[in-house]
Amino acid sequence: MPNYTLNIRRYSPESGEPAHWEKFEVEMEGHRPVLDAILYARNKVDGSIGIRCSCQAAICGSCGVRINGNPALACNTLLRDAVATAEDGITIDIEPMGNMPVIKDLIVDMDAVHWKKVQRVVPWLIPAGEPPEREYVVPHEAMVDVTQTMACIHCGVCVSDCLSMEADPDFVGPAASAKAYRFVGDPRDAATKDRLVHLAEDPSGIYDCTHCFKCVEVCPKGVAPMNQIMRLRRRATGDFQIKDRNNGYRHEKAFVNIIEKWGTLHEAKLLPDSYGEGLLGKLNPEAQKNLIGSAPTAIRGVLSGKVAPIKVLHHHKLPDQKKVKDIYEKIHGRDERIELNLYIVGEDADALEESAAVAVTEEGTS
Amino acid sequence: MTVGIISKIHPVRSHSNAAQGGINAALNPDDSWESHAFDTVKGSDYLGDQDAIAIMCSEAPEEILHLEHLGVTFHRNDKGLLGTRAFGGASAARTYYVADITGQAILHVLYEQMLKYDDKIDRYEEWFTVGLAIDDDGRCTGAIMRNIRDGAIEVFRAKTVILATGGSGQIYKPTTNALVCTADGMAMAYRSGAALMDMEMIQYHPTTLLGNGLLITEGARGEGAHLYNAAGERFMEKYAPNKMELASRDVVSRAEQTEINEGRGFPDGSVHLDVTVVPKKRIHEALREIVMVGRDFAGIDITKEPIPIRPGQHYIMGGIKTDVDGRTDIPGLYAAGEVACVSVHGGNRLGANSLLDTLIFGKRSGAHAAGVAKSMNMPSVADSQADDVRNEIQAIIARDKSGGRRVSDIKDELGEMMNDKVAVYRDEEGLKSALEVVKRLQEESKTAWIDDAGTIFNQDVLGAIELGYMLDIAETIVMGAIERKESRGAQFRTDYPERNDEEWLKHIDIKLKDGTPTIEYSPVTITQWQPQERTY
Ligand SMILES: Cc1cc2nc3c(=O)[nH]c(=O)nc-3n(C[C@H](O)[C@H](O)[C@H](O)COP(=O)(O)OP(=O)(O)OC[C@H]3O[C@@H](n4cnc5c(N)ncnc54)[C@H](O)[C@@H]3O)c2cc1C
Ligand code: SF4
Ligand code: SF4
Ligand code: FES
Repeated sequence: MPNYTLNIRRYSPESGEPAHWEKFEVEMEGHRPVLDAILYARNKVDGSIGIRCSCQAAICGSCGVRINGNPALACNTLLRDAVATAEDGITIDIEPMGNMPVIKDLIVDMDAVHWKKVQRVVPWLIPAGEPPEREYVVPHEAMVDVTQTMACIHCGVCVSDCLSMEADPDFVGPAASAKAYRFVGDPRDAATKDRLVHLAEDPSGIYDCTHCFKCVEVCPKGVAPMNQIMRLRRRATGDFQIKDRNNGYRHEKAFVNIIEKWGTLHEAKLLPDSYGEGLLGKLNPEAQKNLIGSAPTAIRGVLSGKVAPIKVLHHHKLPDQKKVKDIYEKIHGRDERIELNLYIVGEDADALEESAAVAVTEEGTS
Repeated sequence: MTVGIISKIHPVRSHSNAAQGGINAALNPDDSWESHAFDTVKGSDYLGDQDAIAIMCSEAPEEILHLEHLGVTFHRNDKGLLGTRAFGGASAARTYYVADITGQAILHVLYEQMLKYDDKIDRYEEWFTVGLAIDDDGRCTGAIMRNIRDGAIEVFRAKTVILATGGSGQIYKPTTNALVCTADGMAMAYRSGAALMDMEMIQYHPTTLLGNGLLITEGARGEGAHLYNAAGERFMEKYAPNKMELASRDVVSRAEQTEINEGRGFPDGSVHLDVTVVPKKRIHEALREIVMVGRDFAGIDITKEPIPIRPGQHYIMGGIKTDVDGRTDIPGLYAAGEVACVSVHGGNRLGANSLLDTLIFGKRSGAHAAGVAKSMNMPSVADSQADDVRNEIQAIIARDKSGGRRVSDIKDELGEMMNDKVAVYRDEEGLKSALEVVKRLQEESKTAWIDDAGTIFNQDVLGAIELGYMLDIAETIVMGAIERKESRGAQFRTDYPERNDEEWLKHIDIKLKDGTPTIEYSPVTITQWQPQERTY
């Protein structure tokens, strides 16, 4: 059986000692999860290793940690996968999640950060008036849609390495935003506009996200928090025309206009266009601070390798501007906005692959 | 009046999360609660109390609507009305569901409601109940708690106390139950003098993942998945020609175990569950969690390959004996959910009836307990009770490590032994040796030691307390299994292979009397459904 070395970050506030690393040797099959190895160390070597865990099935959300620097659930990360990302190819580093204070060893204070943020989005259904006699009649698709965010297990894995939260600890953050979408996307909820106004006007609300993709990448339940943030923004701007003080609305308009005109993102134009002539001076100082603050965060992210630069933004020229026009016309011509539901992962993976292949050939021939 | 909710883990981490498949109710106009009740009675192998079953099934539709109104994202049919799926042992498709995260969705929505009524409910998250406070008249007047965050021991006074501490699957290894399911509530009530009922009735779920015992929801079979042995036979044809894979759980689990025991299983000791017969789109929409379980925990793509499975410990039908308002033998003490035994499940629980049990009798207990609380004064609890607990914990921490065994070693031995001797098939000899092992482990647990001497998040010491709970409850499970000399529901005795209504159509109660576990019997309530032979 393979041998693994766990390198666990230990911290006991009572001991008076600073945090330190401690190694444990574990013999175990590679297809067993990292949590099993930690529990082996706890059961056989040192019972004082602190980690929250219960279901061992990625459903209770207890066991979020950082494995080799990446936030994940210990119970659904297999040892062989963990060791593949180990710096020396042998030692698996396990430390507490980030962006939250450590209580002991791998246990962090989620109340102080995560649950506080969840409370901020008024996390319960606010229906209009009295309930109907039977059930609310709503489309199946809408329920499947909000089930993507309902599937959040509040593990905090996305919170751990959210770039914007590192820069602005007040940022409502990925998980709480996803929770907000759970109500905004629910046709039974009657407070949609109020919710969106709050999220848009909050200087640390939905426009505080820098689209680093980290939360989408690490979420063990496919909640894709950033996508939910984007959808909240589209609802705020497209459906309710909420002209927020954070300039999210204008920024989106400018973005869309630039692409329509240039076919590609003209970054130099984006900032001034977003704020308009002379508007910069009238900006709410808080929003200005945030805007300026967010740029270096994103850059820091790229440098540290935390953020995969998004390829799509790096097209500098588009050969055929007419195609862009066509796309815009097609979209503007629709009566209803089509929401891309990313919940059903892989549903039509084959179909998608097919259509991608078709797209490639089309491009090749044109 | 104030309400406090105490949980040893954050409430949304509770094990109800794990309920994937759904929740039963006869809500469709062409279904009836009587049909649901009959299925439940038959599923219970006639050991369920029919008055309690009638209450549960007739109140179920309203409860589903209540949950829907609170915000549970139940999936719909094409008319936008609540949608259903088929489940085992049921004569109609009456299982309401949220993809395969039904329990999680309900639990999270109830937590949302707790946040909404923040000013009316005090939440004690990550507090561990160590014992119940019982006054000189034998009334429950509160409980003793340890704040896991800082180790402080505190007395909570209460006019009424409701235990909703869940199941006890960790007595078995492997199990589908989470690490927190350690029989705490059952043991605390039992130690305080309450009766436990039908403890021998342990459910083995037919489809648990080979290896780690993770559950593959019955919803998979509900959506149409098949079971195959190594010869490629759909073997349920032999055991339940009508219901096939959707017979009652005890029936399917025994069929699988028989196939495996008689050499028709796969070499790794499994049979196969084939989900690939379900349309792919439906799998991704309705069995999403199982796709992830297959991928993350077994390394297989369930849309393309069969899943190696076997029966695994899953649920306890027995528990603290209560009436239909959740009242136990101890005045002021209530129990609801998996910890309790009303009994609606009798010898075998139907899939998707447990969340329902939890909700219906949880609500009834709450209403009754509140009614009682309104008409009384706050009782007092002697401080000495807290001192006793403090001393007990200090004593565990101070145990000598040179002798004795590790707490975790004893727990492992218990779990493996129970899964070997008190499982799908049982006999007198195996059960008697099981009882001896439990008694030896009880002795050994008195000197079992731990490593952590701290106060902040000392999970080690909690583990030692939980081991004590599990050993007490394991003893009652084995005693019940020895006592019931027949085969009914989940109890299959190879030495008494028939159901024997004449002698054993009765509940087995176990109670501590002067420190000794004592067996008594109580009658099964039969109203309109006379016992019949049970075929599927
Ligand atoms: C994998 C799996 C799938 C299932 N699927 C279904 C299904 O599809 N449909 C269905 O109806 N049923 C299903 N069940 C059964 C059902 O989920 C459980 O029986 C039910 O959820 C139990 O709920 P409960 O409220 O009694 O306990 P739990 O949800 O386990 O809650 C117990 C609570 O008590 C607290 N607690 C325990 N001990 C202490 C203590 N000492 N101090 C303080 N707090 C304590 C815990 O922290 C927890 O909050 C399934 C079970 C499993 C294991
Ligand atoms: S995409 Fe936005 S919300 Fe997600 S981690 Fe990055 S900054 Fe945070
Ligand atoms: S969104 Fe995903 S990563 Fe974030 S808390 Fe929820 S489940 Fe965890
Ligand atoms: S132990 Fe429950 S999510 Fe990992």
